Amino acid sequence: MKIKSRDNSTAEGDMTPMIDMTFQLIAFLMVMVNFSQVDQNAAVQLPKSELARPADKPLEEPITLHILKSGEVILGGQTVYIEGLKALLGREAESLHAKGKSEQAATIIIRAHKDCPTGKVQEVIKACQETRFDRFALRAQEEL
Amino acid sequence: MKIRKSKATAGDKVELQMTPMIDVVFQLLTFFIMSFKIVTEEGDFNVKMPISAPREGLPDESLPPMKIRLRADGSGNLTSIALNDNSFGTSFASLRDYIIGVIGDDRGPGSLQETAEVELDCDYNLKYDNVVQAITSVSGYKQGDQIVKLVEKIKFSPPRKVGESG
Repeated sequence: MKIKSRDNSTAEGDMTPMIDMTFQLIAFLMVMVNFSQVDQNAAVQLPKSELARPADKPLEEPITLHILKSGEVILGGQTVYIEGLKALLGREAESLHAKGKSEQAATIIIRAHKDCPTGKVQEVIKACQETRFDRFALRAQEEL
Repeated sequence: MKIRKSKATAGDKVELQMTPMIDVVFQLLTFFIMSFKIVTEEGDFNVKMPISAPREGLPDESLPPMKIRLRADGSGNLTSIALNDNSFGTSFASLRDYIIGVIGDDRGPGSLQETAEVELDCDYNLKYDNVVQAITSVSGYKQGDQIVKLVEKIKFSPPRKVGESG
């Protein structure tokens, strides 16, 4: 019986479609990825509203307050109760003064949990008012 | 001068090493897939509330002050909505229809829509979600893709104490 000699040439698959697809996937994910976690907090489930639309232009001097379901407030990574909030807001005011701006130039963004008692939110607003902040933005999630 | 013929152009196929590139590409792909998170858009309701808010200009005599009272039960669920003396049960849609009736269709400078102001008076333990629903109802509604604005000036009454009703 005649034995055929083995062919030494290697079989190569066409990689081009796979690389095309992979690059398209990378491009899509790069465009869609959102790294900005600064003004978000996973513990806060925002209430939904059909009128909540993202602002056309970014807010000037935003200060984000996260209000948890328990009523605790997170500002700049620090979790405090309402009693301790004024001290943190005072620091924010000082940094505004250092920039030559007043408290009225800042906007307090309130990201409160949907099941948080309204009284707690009002107490936070009152603490802000007592430290001379008067512009507020109540944040809600866009209802699709 | 004699020009030498390059070896590479002599019909030899130059093969690129694809393996390192594919390695890096897959690492990039893995990184982006791991860090990908679908985030729904967030929007704001802007409220300006100085500590002792003086009325800007003279109060509008043609429009009675609108005070919305939101009552809650012990667990913070909404039990009733009332605007001045009108009760709407727990229907924010009825509240919106009433506001549309008060404001009318007139829009633009000097219209009721521009001067109207709503004050929200809520029970302490009322779930915040209901407040946002109330603000949504009074501040506008969607007509197709367009948002028709109603009342833009919204403020809160002083916070009630825990368990205080009335």
